[in-house]
Amino acid sequence: MRHTLAVLVDNKPGVLSRVSGLFSRRGFNIESLAVGMTEDPEISRMTIVVRGDDRVLAQVTSQLGKLIDVISVCDIPSSESVDRELVLIKVSADATTRSEIMQIVDIFRAKIIDVGTETLIIEVTGDRGKVRAIERMLKRFGIRELVRTGMVAMNRSTKTVNGDDA
Amino acid sequence: MTDATISGAKALIECLHSEGVDTIFGYPGGVLLPLYDELYDADIRHILVRHEQGAAHAADGYARATGKVGVCLATSGPGATNLVTGIANAYMDSVPVVAITGQVPTPLIGNDAFQEADITGITLPITKHNYLIKDVNDLPRIVKEAFFIASTGRPGPVLIDLPKDITTDELEFKYPETVHLRGYNPDTDVDTDAVRRAASMILQAQRPIIYAGGGVIISDTSPELLKLAETINAPVTTTLLGIGAFPEAHPLSLGMLGMHGTRYANYAVQESDLLIAIGARFDDRVTGKIDAFAAQAKIIHIDIDPAEIGKNVRVDLPVIGDAKEVLRLLLSHLREKQGKSGAWLEKIDAWKKEYPLQYQQSDTVIKPQYVIQEIHRACPDAIIVTEVGQNQMWAAQYFQYEQPRTFLTSGGLGTMGYGFPAAMGAKVGCPDRTVIDIAGDGSFQMTSQELATVVKNDICVIVAILNNGYLGMVRQWQELFFDRRYSHTELTQSVDFVKLADAYGAIGIRAEKPSEVPSAISEALAADRAVVIDFVIDPTENVFPMVPAGAAINEILEPEVSA
Repeated sequence: MRHTLAVLVDNKPGVLSRVSGLFSRRGFNIESLAVGMTEDPEISRMTIVVRGDDRVLAQVTSQLGKLIDVISVCDIPSSESVDRELVLIKVSADATTRSEIMQIVDIFRAKIIDVGTETLIIEVTGDRGKVRAIERMLKRFGIRELVRTGMVAMNRSTKTVNGDDA
Repeated sequence: MTDATISGAKALIECLHSEGVDTIFGYPGGVLLPLYDELYDADIRHILVRHEQGAAHAADGYARATGKVGVCLATSGPGATNLVTGIANAYMDSVPVVAITGQVPTPLIGNDAFQEADITGITLPITKHNYLIKDVNDLPRIVKEAFFIASTGRPGPVLIDLPKDITTDELEFKYPETVHLRGYNPDTDVDTDAVRRAASMILQAQRPIIYAGGGVIISDTSPELLKLAETINAPVTTTLLGIGAFPEAHPLSLGMLGMHGTRYANYAVQESDLLIAIGARFDDRVTGKIDAFAAQAKIIHIDIDPAEIGKNVRVDLPVIGDAKEVLRLLLSHLREKQGKSGAWLEKIDAWKKEYPLQYQQSDTVIKPQYVIQEIHRACPDAIIVTEVGQNQMWAAQYFQYEQPRTFLTSGGLGTMGYGFPAAMGAKVGCPDRTVIDIAGDGSFQMTSQELATVVKNDICVIVAILNNGYLGMVRQWQELFFDRRYSHTELTQSVDFVKLADAYGAIGIRAEKPSEVPSAISEALAADRAVVIDFVIDPTENVFPMVPAGAAINEILEPEVSA
């Protein structure tokens, strides 16, 4: 099972390696990890997607909680949250295929952010399903390069991960 | 420089004073010169070890024996990496140690400078936390936090990496009175509802057993443990690290459980209907085959570390909190002698009579178990420190421990070479106590260079080598599970330990016959210097009972012993 964790950490050097080191040492699998500063510049937020059953999730959560630089760990259930990732796809495109690709981009409400003589760079933002779908559609044109930010997620409505600190 | 400022080196000394540090185990080096210059006339006892690993283990032994934070100090690069085993050891056994390492000057960090090692990177997975000081103004706060983190919650080692320029930079010194760590709050409130449920599970149990670990000793919970056991009439078994948490002469004591535990402790666990785990972590050496462990029992797990809950076994009721606080609260819900475990205790007593710890005594060759019993007879209130292997298990089995902090051993990491420097640290922390390292001939050779340290500093410890000429525990496994193919475990004719002791200025004593054992011990106890006793023991003697790795803990190997 896939779990999305929002982890608030002190925005200090070395925190990322503490977190990633913990995952590798304890044998937990990270599917994706995205990190950046929050509304408070002293705090960074990591969105970590892990695979595992409830026992693994409990271990991941409590082991992360033991790191001194980790302020809080929140499980973000997919039913009560939104999640997005941004993906850049460099796809082969010549005169014969360009318009078809542009149609696909339109349908997915993606964007073309670079046009070359042989390639296009497409920017897609969406949840896992949407990204997977456009990737599949573009495959036959030849995907030359693909980069993703990793998933970020947020609880819907007024609920936040800041807990008591809010 | 103004009058109001002091150097980072001086500030560190001030910080250590503020933390009540009276002793440091250390070894100087290039980048530490400014700090050692300050130590030259500081009011702190610095004990110069002969290898940095000795400093780390000594700080560990000091901490375990006294309950205070142990401090070790090493230079950058190899000095720092030599601490690593000791730090890992302290981490596995939750020992409060602050390790301070020198580092190359900040402008050189990352340049592969002379004697540079990324010690914060290296110790990331084996410290509770670590720091690289990059600004001298952070130094007081970091030292304050380091001692706080090391000694609170589940204790553990904290490393501070101190670049050379930080020790010479100047700061306006003020030691902070409090720490502010958003991500660390060791004072969690005990869940009173969970404690109430624990009490009701205890009242319903017919065959309860208490499984006490090192956490009981760390949290100073022995008095409450005794009260709990007597209140509910439950037998108590301890882990290796829990030895001393409960008086072994007490009728409710079952001694140690697990791989080399007593039969009756293991049987009692397997037949219990309620296992009350206190400050223990269900290590594989305790549980054996995990699915078969205490299979009939409901499990209450009392621990300060939430990450230990459900890590190895499924727990019916977790109670997170300081063991002392939890037990006090639990006792308030229980009345005297509420336990109804009469038949249960009778059954256990029958096991105790039927399956005592036993060995075949000899008139001609020294049995290691006999040596331990004689040491206990001669000095029952000694602090016993051990190396790792057969010596450790015999010391755990055949000395009767009555008090916490009297049995210091490398449980989690299983570090050969731990015992002697740890004994040195324990003796420095408890100078009025007799401190004896029960050693093997293999283990002792890993850190025997500290003989120079103990002699030079008048640290009168006794090293009792159970010399069987083998890496005994590995040899035992080869005998039992590898067709007696003794691959690279023989150490015979390697060292004359009496001459070795003499070379360092310590006293060397050899005992080769059982009749020489008592006099060797009394001679050592009367000595005014460090002593090494070379007990030449039966090389074929094995540690029993034994649960083979991966077997259930009631599947016990034991040879027949004729009475």
